[in-house]
Formats: sequence, C-alpha cells, structure tokens
Amino acid sequence: MPPVDTSATVAPIVDIRALRKSYGSNEVLKGIDLQIAPGEVIAIIGKSGSGKSTLLRCINGLEEFQSGALTVDSKPLLHRDAAAMRALRQRVGMIFQGFNLFPHLTVGKNIMLAPSLVKAKDAQAGEAHARALLARVGLTEKFDAYADQLSGGQQQRVAIARALAMEPAVLLCDEITSALDPELVGEVLRVVEGLAQDGMTLLMVTHEMSFARRVSNRVIFMHQGRVHEMGTPAEIFGTPQTPELQQFLSSLHD
Amino acid sequence: MVDFSLWDIVRNLLLALRWTVGLSLIAFIGGGLVGLLLLMLRLSKLPGAGVFVSAYVQLFQGVPLLVQLFLAYYGLGLFGINTSPWVAAGMGLTFYASAFLTEIWRGCVASIPRGQWEASQSLALNFAEQLRYVILPQAFKIAVAPTVGFLVQVIKGTALASVIGFMELTKVGKTIANATYSPFLVFSCVAVLYFVLCYPVSLYAKSLERKLHAPR
Repeated sequence: MPPVDTSATVAPIVDIRALRKSYGSNEVLKGIDLQIAPGEVIAIIGKSGSGKSTLLRCINGLEEFQSGALTVDSKPLLHRDAAAMRALRQRVGMIFQGFNLFPHLTVGKNIMLAPSLVKAKDAQAGEAHARALLARVGLTEKFDAYADQLSGGQQQRVAIARALAMEPAVLLCDEITSALDPELVGEVLRVVEGLAQDGMTLLMVTHEMSFARRVSNRVIFMHQGRVHEMGTPAEIFGTPQTPELQQFLSSLHD
Repeated sequence: MVDFSLWDIVRNLLLALRWTVGLSLIAFIGGGLVGLLLLMLRLSKLPGAGVFVSAYVQLFQGVPLLVQLFLAYYGLGLFGINTSPWVAAGMGLTFYASAFLTEIWRGCVASIPRGQWEASQSLALNFAEQLRYVILPQAFKIAVAPTVGFLVQVIKGTALASVIGFMELTKVGKTIANATYSPFLVFSCVAVLYFVLCYPVSLYAKSLERKLHAPR
C-alpha cells in the first residue's frame, strides 16, 4: 500500500474527539480520539468486547454516544437532528457481518433503493449505476436474483455494491467475512482490496490478520474501550509494544 | 300463528346477512385503519406513545366485546350523544378489532430482523422510508394469514351486536325463531349462513399464505 498523508495539512474525513459511550453503567468506549485521512485504510483489531464494533457503529449513528464529538466529511453527528443524520449517512457506507440484504427485493432493487429515495436518482441512471457496481463486484448476471438464491459470499458482495451505490466517502466494514464459509472469504476480501486500491477510505473491524497486514495503512488495537496501540501494520504485527497486544497476537497463533 | 315456509326464513336471514357483512366490513376497515395508526404510533418511539398503545390494547383485549358494546351503546347516551345501534356497534367493533390487529401486526414487525432496520438506516433512509420500503413489505407477508384469520373472529363477533338491538343475522334469527316457534331450524339456518360467510375467508387466508410463501 502506498503511504497516505496523515499529517495535519489534510482535513480528516473522519474526526473523532474524546468519544465516550456506555450502556447503562458499563462504559464501553472510554475516550476515543481518532483522525482518519481520506483514502486511508484502517484495520481495527482486538478481543471481542473491546469496543471495536461499537466504535464503528458510532460513526454512522447506529449507536448513540454520551460525550465527545464526531464529524464525517466535516458533517457533525447529531443524533437528535434527522436531517443532519441523513446527510451524514450518505457519506458513510456500512457493511455488516450478516449481509442484511433486503430479502423481498431483487439484487438490482437492493442497490437502487436508497439512491432513488435519498438522492432522487432517476430510474435509468440508477439502473445503469447498479449494473456497473455489480460488474465491479463480479456479479453482473445476478441483477434479477433474490438474496436467498445467492451464496454468502455473493450476498456480501451485493451488500458492498449496495453501500457503494450511495457514493460514500467512507466505508465501514464490521467483521464482514466472519459469517462466511472459509472458501468464500477470499472473493469478498478481493473486492475490498480492490476498493482500497481505488482510494476508498476504509475502516474495518476484522479477524483476518494477514489481510489487515497486507491491505491497511494503519492498524488500531483496541483494548477495554480504548485505542491501546496504533501504528503501521509492520509496527503492530512486527514489534508490538504493550503486553496486551503481544498477548492478543500470540493468542491468534494457538 | 303465521305460517313461515323455509324459504321465508332463509330469505329474511339472507336480507339480514347484508347487515352482518356491512358491520364486519366497517369493523374490519375501521379496525384496520385505527390499528395501523396505533402501530405507527408505537413504532415511532414518540415519548409516551408506547405506554398509550399498550394501555389501549390491554383495555380492549381485557374487556369482553359484549361489555364494550353495552358501554358504547349506553355510555355515549350518558354524554347526551344519541347513538344508533349502527354507530355503537361500529365503534365498539372498531375498537375491538384495532386492539387485536395492532397487536398482531406489532408481532409481525418485531419478527423482522434488526439487521433490516440497521441496513436501511445506514443507507440514510428515514423512518417513513424504512417502514414503507423495507420493513412493512416483509411484515405484510407474515401478517396476511393471521389478519384474514382474525377477520373470521370479527364476523362472528358481530353476532354480539344483536344485544344492543342491531338487526343483523343473529338478531333477525332470534326474531324469526320467536315468531315461528322453531328455533332449532332457524338457528341451524343462521349457523349455516355464518359458516358460508366465514369458511371462504379461512380458505382465502390459507391460499394467500401459500401464494406468498411460494418459491419465486
């Protein structure tokens, strides 16, 4: 991966300041500061319960946080302001572990639904765009198929095309290969890698360490609701500094 | 004693059947609209809406329909509103049907996986769009069979409107029975007519269910 300029001269596409989030008395994010430059590919790793998925879900407002500030593309996240949330979510795409395709709609309609409603895209342009996106994820012939006729890997690639249809500035990937059979992981990761090469800003929670190492510019290790260690893949995987990260990495080899 | 032929009995019952059908339709359409409104209110998560709707549902599910009809008929009179049996029965059955329908539909909406809400929310759809394009079409499929099944309950429930003087099938049957002194024959005819009305509805519910669950 080419190095990405993370210096202060470039306005961050995602700017997270002192973000705190709790469920009742249980604080799951204990003050997160994170600036992400456009085009950066970030892998978030850590044990389950470390807050990595919650952090991702805070970025597009699926989870509310109690204090701190978050902007995407300089649009502030304001939970109580429906118009602001709609504006922000158009800039942030999300892909889920469980695909979450709409089962009552064809693949094509899954992709075209949000652009036609939210961006008032006309039907013809929407269809052309949807077909182009399907070609990009290698599923040209599945335009009229339904989700239950596709394999998990195909469903996840449709989900990626659906998120891309909104032309987001940032794509959040929440353990997107965890629900897949091992032989289907590769086809999804190849699509994501292609997006990274095309300059998409990616933020992914992943258990695919070799993938994280190969594709990301920056790796974040989360532990107990904090960014515990952060660095290039070489630093994080090669010379981990904290005992927690060392222990986490060695547990993966068992 | 006036002589009634079997045809006289059936003819009068058939005429009365119109009002049973009419009242059923009013109850079902009124109950459907109010039920849908209550469902939206509950899903909207507006402050207090959930409490209000569940209190409404508990109230109308927890009081016998017969008593509700008495209350609608005599209660409105107390407030100086002159109620006809039509208005009282229509209102009583609408409240009753809406309470059950909103509860049936809430269950159907709740059975749609959370991921469908989250995915549509992530795509920047607003609440109304989420409901209209993602959640309700899926919930609708699940709701058809129990909803049409409930219509059968509503049709049978209209028989209770006879106690407030509404001249529907049961009331007319009772009147004819009193005049002919052959209650068994008359109420047998009444039963057949209810069955003829309800059975196709049940069949329709089953066929709808099959159609919507058929492989594409």
